[in-house]
Amino acid sequence: MKTIERVLDKYDSKVYKNRKAHIVEVGNNDNNNEIAANTRTIPGIITQRGCCYAGCKGVVLGPIKDAFIITHGPIGCAFYTWGTRRHKARKGEGEDNYLQYCFSTDLQEADIVFGGEKKLKQAISEAMDLFKPHTIFICSTCPVGLIGDDIHAVAKWAEKEYGIKCVAFSCEGYKGVSQSAGHHIANNQLLRYVVGEGDREIKTKYAINLLGEYNIGGDGWETERLLKRIGYEVVATFTGGSKMDQIKNAHKANLSLVQCHRSINYIAEMIETKFGIPWMKVNFIGVEATIKSLRDIARYFGDPELMERTEEVIADELAQIADQMEYYRGKLKGKTAAIYVGGSRSHHYQDLLRDLGVRTILAGYEFAHREDYEGREVLPFIKMDADNKNIESLIVEPDPEKYHLFLSEEDLKRLREEKLIDYYGGMVKDMENGTYMVDDLNHYETEELLKALKPDIFFSGIKDKFVAQKAGILSRQLHSYDYSGPYSCFRGTVNFARDITMGIYAPAWNYVKAPWKMAPILVGSLGGEKAC
Amino acid sequence: MLDYTKKETYERSGLRVNPAKTCQPVGAMYAALGVHACMPHSHGSQGCCAFHRMFLTRHFKDPVMAASSSFTEGSSVFGGGSNLKTAVKNIFNIYDPEIIAVHTTCLSETIGDDLNALIQGMEIPDGKYVVHTNTPSYKGSHITGFSNMVASLIQYLSVKSGKSNGRLAIFPGFVNPGDMRELKRIAEIMGVSYTMLPDTSGVLDGPMTGKFSLYPKGGTRVEEIIQLGDCVSSIAFGKFASEAAAEALYKKCNVDYQLLGMPIGVGRTDEYILALQEFTKEEVPYQLEEERGQLVDILIDIHPYTCNKKAAVFGDPDMVLGIAQFLLEMGMIPKYLLTGTPGEDFEEEAEELFAKFGVEGCRAKAFGDLFELHQWIKADGVDLLIGGTHGKYIARAEDIPFVRAGFPIIDRYVHSYMPLVGYKGGMRLAEMICNALLDRMDRDAAEEDFEMVL
Repeated sequence: MKTIERVLDKYDSKVYKNRKAHIVEVGNNDNNNEIAANTRTIPGIITQRGCCYAGCKGVVLGPIKDAFIITHGPIGCAFYTWGTRRHKARKGEGEDNYLQYCFSTDLQEADIVFGGEKKLKQAISEAMDLFKPHTIFICSTCPVGLIGDDIHAVAKWAEKEYGIKCVAFSCEGYKGVSQSAGHHIANNQLLRYVVGEGDREIKTKYAINLLGEYNIGGDGWETERLLKRIGYEVVATFTGGSKMDQIKNAHKANLSLVQCHRSINYIAEMIETKFGIPWMKVNFIGVEATIKSLRDIARYFGDPELMERTEEVIADELAQIADQMEYYRGKLKGKTAAIYVGGSRSHHYQDLLRDLGVRTILAGYEFAHREDYEGREVLPFIKMDADNKNIESLIVEPDPEKYHLFLSEEDLKRLREEKLIDYYGGMVKDMENGTYMVDDLNHYETEELLKALKPDIFFSGIKDKFVAQKAGILSRQLHSYDYSGPYSCFRGTVNFARDITMGIYAPAWNYVKAPWKMAPILVGSLGGEKAC
Repeated sequence: MLDYTKKETYERSGLRVNPAKTCQPVGAMYAALGVHACMPHSHGSQGCCAFHRMFLTRHFKDPVMAASSSFTEGSSVFGGGSNLKTAVKNIFNIYDPEIIAVHTTCLSETIGDDLNALIQGMEIPDGKYVVHTNTPSYKGSHITGFSNMVASLIQYLSVKSGKSNGRLAIFPGFVNPGDMRELKRIAEIMGVSYTMLPDTSGVLDGPMTGKFSLYPKGGTRVEEIIQLGDCVSSIAFGKFASEAAAEALYKKCNVDYQLLGMPIGVGRTDEYILALQEFTKEEVPYQLEEERGQLVDILIDIHPYTCNKKAAVFGDPDMVLGIAQFLLEMGMIPKYLLTGTPGEDFEEEAEELFAKFGVEGCRAKAFGDLFELHQWIKADGVDLLIGGTHGKYIARAEDIPFVRAGFPIIDRYVHSYMPLVGYKGGMRLAEMICNALLDRMDRDAAEEDFEMVL
């Protein structure tokens, strides 16, 4: 029986049918690697997925350092997203940074019965007294949506009452099928109420936005360092280490770079429609991927001097890491990996692993959509279901004053045809035939596939990390980077290589089996022959 | 660090800042993990389950398995009954536990799913069990959720057959597997046969074997929970985490209970030993007397460094009160005690402790948060901070030595394997506290005052 069939065999017919569509043996199927994604998880299946609130507050909004985020609900949701994602931010002179704090309305039973709006208003007025924020975000949790608190009205009230910016996000956990719905809701509100409000002067024409970079472990800082070295001006990073003023000025850039396509593609597209700024899918994870991304960006701006500077920086950065890369490649070449992360990294890290000679034999996303697997060419063929229809699709129009084109319409058309801009090809094109692509990889499948495929490393999150390690397979977290990083660009690749080499060669692995389990209990001879 | 926190007091009624508690379901999940071959199940949207598993995994650094009803917007409107039915069927089919322990969430509680009726209307395979507890996140804290789950396991399962099994029931409260092992070790030295519920040792402090097991060796067996009804009596540690369970067993099976404080330090461990002795009517073995003597010896040895030192302790109520009493035994002053869990009993018990040891100027608060604790510390400082990981920001902001004890500790390792309870746990805590104070003394000493011998 084939590996996949053997794994699926345990399921009853309903679950079997559902899960079969989420598992693809790449290049070895009759439907062009089509995969089911962004659909409901079956109740009772141990999924690693989170909720809409996690995607909105935890992923997209959380990193904005000077937005005062009040989680409106019982205490848990705020508590679990307090300092747990490793999005770093520095507090500059005169800036606010609330990342060390956790704010909640801590709703009690009476609030659920009689409504929580009064308490939310009270919380806002206390926040104004104690913290004096210029921006408040309100994020709602499950019960808030059910009891019908109008958080948007409260936001309007706060803006009027205190003269601040206040935006409400209806990101109740039950919306959508995963974190993905929350990304979308966050994108919508940021575009609707924040982007375009700034009027900061942009210094160079090489002005870019870095979208979908959350500065986990300092990734964003390393990428910004590299971009600035070449001569780019980073107008806004969405949203790692960023502040409101940057987000407000995002419409001033001349190109948006998209690192995490899944969580931020909505705003990338809406910024293009509204302000005329095209977007480019990049990947700053891995040496070759970084080089390609840097060359692509230079190609977009089309300035020979910029291209030359790009090559100089690439050569210099490469020279800095050459010895270390050779050492780590020697240590890692021929190893195999399985990757199961959110909605982009499972693709990005395959590039990095390839640089090190590590083959990826299984990859999957927790909350991606079909286009993240198969490329944006499948977008017209994706069927909308009830869960997706409930998430608002914002319709935007070109802004009469702020719309600007950096390149001519013809140039843009050509770059689109070349798939340099406004395109993402998805993960599958970079995967070898015979490897596996699994959507919403659940606990049972993880356990079974790890047993069957025996990768040397499993890249995942905290919930499945120790499942793999108990089974003797090194696991590193790719959501939080296991408290390390940065892993981006040239230097980051070396950090990553160092970390996994350390993990694979950790001496403790040699002690997993007790010596008395390996040696025979009795040593003697039987009829002249040695028994064991 | 925490630059917005100022010492001036400010009465808040709407905004919770830097909480010292989390929500009920995570406690219920932890309790259910202490039942052997049990699949905890979160009846709500899958984010709850994901958050709780994440948090427990970060504390224990071990796999935390639990399933979810994976609510969608539709289930939130029409009720989660069919989600639960599908979930239970799939869990038994795919993960084959002996028991599923369902807890609710603020979502399923707000829409009013009737779990009793839903479970009664379910097809449950022969010899398998489905139990539930109500854990609305907008009431109490994770400690309440833990307490509710343990009580519900008893209400669902325990039966009095009429024939005593000669056992003592032990409800350890919300403590680490390392603590549960220590409580059991003491009971064994005392020659007591017991059933502990829950028992996460062997589940969340499992060894590296090279093989993953969905249901590790540890955990209270379902038969043992059923037979709790035949126990002679029970000991419940901690009013907040364990009284409900002991009360449930008393009401259902008429098993008398003794409510003890979390046995941290000398006096409270003595109470545990006395309670065990009352059960066995035997001499206390020398081994325990020796351990006790060692602990007292240590307290006398270190007193020059601990006496009159002021500490702030935060965390779960039973744990904070236990640590506070131990600090008092060490001659320290537990100046601030704070828990996020609501309940006036906490403040009353703390005041009794202050009075018993004759200390003045100490302050205790339930339903508080770390923002307020930090304000108190800013206004009038302490020499030591004790609590879970979230205190590290205050410790850094105010440059106070910090000892990690309690839940959650998500930035350090090994802690969950080691006890704080019993005489051995007391020795460990004394060492941690003394080292923290001495390290600070060494760090701050002028070169000419930097001593070889301390």
